[in-house]
Amino acid sequence: MSFITRGFTGRSRERDDRLPPGQTLVHDFPVLSAGPTPEVDTADWEFTIRTEHGGRRWSWDEFMQLEIEDVTTDIHCVTHWSKLGTNWRGVSLDTLFAEVETEYDYVMAHSYGGYTTNVPLEELLGGRAWVAFEFDGEPLDPEHGGPARLLVPHLYFWKSAKWVRGLELMPTDDPGFWEQNGYHLHGDPWKEERYW
Amino acid sequence: MSEVQQLQAAPRTAWHVAEVTETRRETPTAARISLDVVGWPGNLAGQHLDVRLTAPDGYTATRSYSIASSGDGERVVLAVDRLPDGEVSPFLVDELRAGDRLEVHGPLGAFFVWRPPASGAVGRPVQLIAGGSGVVPLVAIARAHADAGDATPFRLLYSVRTPDDVFFAAELEAARRGPAPLEVEFVYTRSAPDGSGGPVGRITRERLAAAVIGADAAPIVYVCGSTGFVERVAAWLIELGHDQAAIRTERYGGT
Repeated sequence: MSFITRGFTGRSRERDDRLPPGQTLVHDFPVLSAGPTPEVDTADWEFTIRTEHGGRRWSWDEFMQLEIEDVTTDIHCVTHWSKLGTNWRGVSLDTLFAEVETEYDYVMAHSYGGYTTNVPLEELLGGRAWVAFEFDGEPLDPEHGGPARLLVPHLYFWKSAKWVRGLELMPTDDPGFWEQNGYHLHGDPWKEERYW
Repeated sequence: MSEVQQLQAAPRTAWHVAEVTETRRETPTAARISLDVVGWPGNLAGQHLDVRLTAPDGYTATRSYSIASSGDGERVVLAVDRLPDGEVSPFLVDELRAGDRLEVHGPLGAFFVWRPPASGAVGRPVQLIAGGSGVVPLVAIARAHADAGDATPFRLLYSVRTPDDVFFAAELEAARRGPAPLEVEFVYTRSAPDGSGGPVGRITRERLAAAVIGADAAPIVYVCGSTGFVERVAAWLIELGHDQAAIRTERYGGT
């Protein structure tokens, strides 16, 4: 139920069907994080999936032996910017979960530095989520989440946890860090699920 | 402070109609915009909101801005810096005037905020570190501290191009002179006040180490500025022994 603001014409009319409502196309790559950028050496890096039965752990070298996929996708940040056609390389969560058994339906992603975010398990499967370690053909920059971040591009980008170190399966959809601090539990950009 | 605690219990965000009550030049590139927001539930110091502008053909543009004010009431103050290539900020800085209406959504964010400790209590010391227009949410925090007459030790380190570019200079000076303990130090990156003879240039690790509350006092640190500024400062703070979990960062983006 918008009304016109006097004198505002806007600049861009390049509406693109790939832009969700309320988003603006950017060509740089803004950074958002709640605290300092953690320094994580790949020699120390490990990735774990923890379930009610135990779990699975990979070192960086083991991770690099998994099937690696090239992903081209649009990304949408809750702070109103989107980038179209970004290029990533990473391991599909389908590959990781092929080695894991669980009855639980929800996931908490944990990051180096303490960040957490919650995602339903089914939204991480079916070719929709990766652990990504390259952006535009280069190792992922630490300020953008390197050495590796979650990539869940169909949800707002705070769900794509930077510096990811593991996934914890949960019986209920508990809120992660930003979800406790004002952001939506789910975060679908096409429904503008930005805030509580 | 019972009102603030109520907010904490029931933060309700929604779209609101805002009427501009005053705009004025804040710096050569920025404007201070006072809004009367019907139904605004009040906000904590450090929160932000979304501004939505709609053109006659229905085109809309939405951007996030930090709020320079806090507390109860329907008056909300923003300070917006004009980005040279921006779509929304040049309109807000140069075109907007009293009586205009726009939409705002908020208050938003519950992490980069400061709440006064319970009456009589002294909280952990607070170090505020601002780069340029990143000072806006920190002004809200410093003024909330001053308004509460809170005894928590506060320091603000403010990196800014020139004395003319300082946001809320009078308000910061008033807060500094008030009973709530606040020290303010400027780092001028282009030119210092006439006759001050102080150093000019980007903040360095040494300058930061000398100016901020030491890690041994376990301050909570709020850093806001450009990505480059925040990345540098936060990395130095960790090198200086500050607890990563006590450093809260916010950056302004490229839109």
